[in-house]
Amino acid sequence: MHAIEKILARNAGLPSVKTGEIVTAKVDFAEINDLYLQTVYSFYEMGGEKVWDNTRAAFVFDHYAPCPTIKTASNHNEMREFARKNDLKYHFDVNCGVCHQVMAEAGVVYPGMILVATDSHTTTHGAFGALGTGCGATDMACILMTGELWFRVPEIIEIRLEGKPQKGVYPKDVILNVLGKIRADGAVYKAIDFTGSYIDALDIPGRMTICNMAVEMGAKTAYMQPNQAVLDYVSPRAVRPYEVVTTDPDFVYAESHLFNVSEMEPVVSCPNDVDNVHPISEIAAQDIPLNQAYIGSCTNGRTEDLGQAAAILKGKHIPPYARLLVVPASRDVLRESMEKGYIQTLIDAGATLITPGCAACLGTHEGLLAPGEKCITCTNRNFRGRMGSNQAELFLASPATVAASILNGRITDPRPYLD
Amino acid sequence: MKTVFEGKALVVGNNVDTDLIYPGRFLELTDPKEIGSHCLAGISEDISPNFPAGGIVVAGTNFGCGSSREHAPIALINMGAAAVLADSFARIFFRNGINLGLPLVVCKGISRHVQNGQTLRLDLNAGTVTIAETGEILHAEALGGKAMEILEAGGIKPLMRKRFGK
Repeated sequence: MHAIEKILARNAGLPSVKTGEIVTAKVDFAEINDLYLQTVYSFYEMGGEKVWDNTRAAFVFDHYAPCPTIKTASNHNEMREFARKNDLKYHFDVNCGVCHQVMAEAGVVYPGMILVATDSHTTTHGAFGALGTGCGATDMACILMTGELWFRVPEIIEIRLEGKPQKGVYPKDVILNVLGKIRADGAVYKAIDFTGSYIDALDIPGRMTICNMAVEMGAKTAYMQPNQAVLDYVSPRAVRPYEVVTTDPDFVYAESHLFNVSEMEPVVSCPNDVDNVHPISEIAAQDIPLNQAYIGSCTNGRTEDLGQAAAILKGKHIPPYARLLVVPASRDVLRESMEKGYIQTLIDAGATLITPGCAACLGTHEGLLAPGEKCITCTNRNFRGRMGSNQAELFLASPATVAASILNGRITDPRPYLD
Repeated sequence: MKTVFEGKALVVGNNVDTDLIYPGRFLELTDPKEIGSHCLAGISEDISPNFPAGGIVVAGTNFGCGSSREHAPIALINMGAAAVLADSFARIFFRNGINLGLPLVVCKGISRHVQNGQTLRLDLNAGTVTIAETGEILHAEALGGKAMEILEAGGIKPLMRKRFGK
């Protein structure tokens, strides 16, 4: 069996599972973000009284942190009341950050677990060898009542990444290169196992960036076999004992795709589809002017990402009329980035610092775009209207490409800016 | 459970994501009717106010990709959509829609066969979609066991109420 199948089997109390089988599995941790007040409504509509385990469910207030409207403030209060009533052990209010970063930091994510959250980017936690998957409000309400959820055992496809990246090629470039080939519906209902020497050597932020965007190919979940970096990160944090699960050597993938990372270029995902991926050389040659740049999100809002941007912007300043929004993924990231001087560097370069959270990534607040504007961003979606006006355009890229581009006021190859 | 639906088609394209179905700027809303009034506003604000009650949304591949927001199926239901027929659906959207009792049926090639405004007749038991204007009959895939069980119960909420004796 694959590690993912072993995790499902164990949590379903079965000796084994097979592709296509429907199983009911225990959920080790359930997270509800602040877009999902409907979870509370569905919970009561279905006759829910008490959350099944007050140590295994938490709210993270990240999409409206802090609240932009009276309505969102009221929604938060209804969720706080529910959390209080159920005496939830963990609660992450507007001062914490994006759920996927916050949960990892808090140690509620660890290898071999099932994590379900009301957020499609829950695939991120494959970075830690966890089975992370997103769900909607009513599925989440079922989990809160029963501690379990039904799953179809997915086909598992292998994306093997071999080689060493060239200068200027970051994990975001690697996953966008993959996305451009596999396409937005290439892994619908399936699980993706990222393997190969590149993944074996990859650090936590890079692993999170890659697994985060697995959902942009339609994947139900992502997986990476934990490496030493994962064990070093998780061991001091994990709130429960955990066991690293491994895939049997005779496991056969439904599909295997091999990518040579050494041959990859920095890339940009162009409007309005995530899989509309082009080499930076081609896009930079089009001389595309920018109004805004965005560094942050569950995809690329970690200390290392801010550091890559700061290295390019140090001692320089973005052009007049251009905007650079910097949104650390969490309070810990903000604190660490301040200690390392990245925040100071970015502010000196003309950046606007925003509260840790999702901010403008999904078009709710804090940096929306006007009609006709163009923004380069290290977030995960460039759908039409995603960050504001339907007539605005979004280009997805690595933090380095975003930084070099806004420094130059137009989409720019970051490589000449790296020492 | 109702198994035959007849309604006017609204045809949309491939990869219609949940931001198009329900843009982020409306996510704070919680009243289902209000949510329904903004359905498909990412494509056009004019769709929902003019949508015929009991209409059927016809889509290409990967309908409902992107965010897990349950507002998307809530919006479709409250706009008056009776069902969605598509070449394929994104996973979380599919679960969300079925959980709320919205029939989501895979019908390969449908987006190329159906014109906006044509009248469709979906027969879940027969597994067919008939285009009234042309008489053309398309094959609809059967829903998987678990999805059908939930849909037959009218959604996951009645199932859960029954399980908990409510």
